Amino acid sequence: MFNALLISSIYVLDQDKALDFYVGKLGLEVNTDQDLGFMRWLTVNVPGDTRQVLLERPGAPGLDEKTAEQARELVTKGGTGGHLFFTTADCWKTYKELKARGVEFTEEPTERPYGIDCGLRDPFGNHIRFSQPLYAATTTASASKASR
Amino acid sequence: MSRAVEEINRRMLRARDAMDRAYAEPLNVPAIAQIANVSEAHFIRTFRATFGETPHRYLQRRRVERAMFLLRATDRTVTDICLDVGFTSLGTFSRSFRDIVGEAPSSYRERGPIAAVPTCFAMAWTRPSSFGEAGAKDVV
Repeated sequence: MFNALLISSIYVLDQDKALDFYVGKLGLEVNTDQDLGFMRWLTVNVPGDTRQVLLERPGAPGLDEKTAEQARELVTKGGTGGHLFFTTADCWKTYKELKARGVEFTEEPTERPYGIDCGLRDPFGNHIRFSQPLYAATTTASASKASR
Repeated sequence: MSRAVEEINRRMLRARDAMDRAYAEPLNVPAIAQIANVSEAHFIRTFRATFGETPHRYLQRRRVERAMFLLRATDRTVTDICLDVGFTSLGTFSRSFRDIVGEAPSSYRERGPIAAVPTCFAMAWTRPSSFGEAGAKDVV
């Protein structure tokens, strides 16, 4: 049976803008950027991680124009399910860095039973979260509190 | 974002995010309309067309959802919770709560503590629906 999840996909409305955001602002790296003719196969990954995110433009050949329009509308109103959840060693530090780069946050870092967690939107409307899990955070929790 | 509707959706989403983030503060519709960068009347109309309910109703449901959570997750009094989630009058809170949930805050609390789930998800998924909600009358 399966032994890993290799690629997952989210819809983006413009792949160049998506690159600016996911690589330029969030610090992911390009895994593959390939013109397949019928589509641009564009995946990114967290540096050092094997799992890829396909930044997929809704449209032909998978979707007809009308359906693609509907998909684009859903993305922009936050109605698609394409959440991405990242982890970080220091939620507050990452939050401040990304905020300084102009990232649009939906929620600032919040203490939760499982760690410190916050939320943001990509330029298109996709919901992204990242958290500093409690199990990995026990030694850095007091340090990050102090840096607020 | 090529099409105008996509640009408008995105602005409405930004305004809705602001309500999710700042529901406990004394938010009102004119202030949220400014976030979307449109006039108040236009904002109300467009928000409703985008998300199926008025911004006022959305904010009410968000506050009630947070109150539902606090009622079952904490020992705070109903009055404290009413103020915690951004209502300023206990009467309005009780009426809105009953309207949306179908029972009074105190009787809802008797359901007991909630099982542990990631709370960011709980906030996203447990928002009470305004479609077919208890006593759904006019969505104002």
